[in-house]
Amino acid sequence: MAQNNTKITGLGWKLTGVLLLIYSFYQGFMGKVPTLDILNESIRNLYFHVPMWFGMTALLAVSMFFAIRYLVTNNAAFDNKSNAFASVGMLMGILGILTGSVWAKNTWGTFWTNDAKLNGAAISLLIYSAYFILRSSFEDEQNRARISAVYNIFAFAILIPLLFILPRMVSSLHPGNGGNAGFNAYDLDNNMRIVFYPAVIAWIIIGTWVSTLVYRTKTVEKFLNEEQNV
Amino acid sequence: MTFTKQIQVLLKKELLIEWRQKFALNGMLLYVISTVYVCYMSFKFRGGELTPITWNAIFWIVLLFTAMNAVAKSFMLESKNRQLYYYVIHSPQAVIVSKIIYNTILMVFLGMVCLLVYSIVLGNPVQDMGLFILNVLMGSLGFSSVLTMIAAIASKAANGGTLMAVMGFPVIIPMLLMLIKISKNAMDGLAMSQSLDEILVLGAINLVVLALTYLLFPYLWRG
Repeated sequence: MAQNNTKITGLGWKLTGVLLLIYSFYQGFMGKVPTLDILNESIRNLYFHVPMWFGMTALLAVSMFFAIRYLVTNNAAFDNKSNAFASVGMLMGILGILTGSVWAKNTWGTFWTNDAKLNGAAISLLIYSAYFILRSSFEDEQNRARISAVYNIFAFAILIPLLFILPRMVSSLHPGNGGNAGFNAYDLDNNMRIVFYPAVIAWIIIGTWVSTLVYRTKTVEKFLNEEQNV
Repeated sequence: MTFTKQIQVLLKKELLIEWRQKFALNGMLLYVISTVYVCYMSFKFRGGELTPITWNAIFWIVLLFTAMNAVAKSFMLESKNRQLYYYVIHSPQAVIVSKIIYNTILMVFLGMVCLLVYSIVLGNPVQDMGLFILNVLMGSLGFSSVLTMIAAIASKAANGGTLMAVMGFPVIIPMLLMLIKISKNAMDGLAMSQSLDEILVLGAINLVVLALTYLLFPYLWRG
């Protein structure tokens, strides 16, 4: 494995992610967008804000997947991966709220408002904050891994209705709900789709890459700590 | 022993413990009544008005806090050694299912007492009492299944009390939103068909939570 230290593994997908990200940033700031009332140029946020939520959901799903793998195999590596993916997923959630807030200030005139989608986002961050508090309250590594894996699976199951079912049951101010201009309004505008989908893929790839980096850094740190202690 | 037999035995044990340690049950009853009375004093003092929406919200918040307190103790009251003993002679699924059934019974009882006292002191603007009571029953099942699982997780950690609140409140919110919506519909006397979507979602969340609890609990106690 360590024949060549400079070799980058998985160069293909990482490069794809970087190129797609550059493309979506270029198109996001320079590309043509439809001119709509109220939204105006802030419509470009679609390329940055919405992929954050796609990324967060994907990373948290991967985190839950590794939690299940941990419970089945009892291999500590899966727990560390689960933790890394959850933390990067949470970071993307925070970025999603920030990008949404800035957009809301310019469109709705307020940073925060009582809306089903916004509340769902805030509560999901609370649920995953509790995950990290739960993790930090264990000394024993095996206990921590097992019990946080159980909570992780439980939390993801609660997240699904919170993010995907409840907001659709009430009227909302958020684009894409209750007749507000949302993604469906751009059905005619394929130009936006050409940028939006690559942006989503790019952010999921970048998120996955960062998660693997976090996982590897933590693993090395743990290894070094153990070396020192011995 | 078969699975149902185990559940029966464990359930009987839970009820017996509760009956013998009456202080816990009486304490919870007093908790419900005094909380309702505090709400009554704060809102009706000097002729203050209580709108139906507030009536509904306060009712569910009182019930949520009661559930938190009642369910949190389900894994803390008994010693670690005795729990180990149960796990050795029964399957873990039987332990958690019996706890959930017991907590549901407890919550239905406390919920009804709460509703009674609440209606006496703060009035009862509910038009469709049948739906409202059905909702309280579903809420009792939901609260007890989610919070029993959270209590089981929290009891493993050092700072169990804080964790119970930190994990419990966000996780219970989707359920609470549905419950408040259905009971608002019941208060307005809307037709059952108007609340069908919410009832279905609530039932689905309940089912998912129960299934997950059943599957995941064996991993929790293995330590």
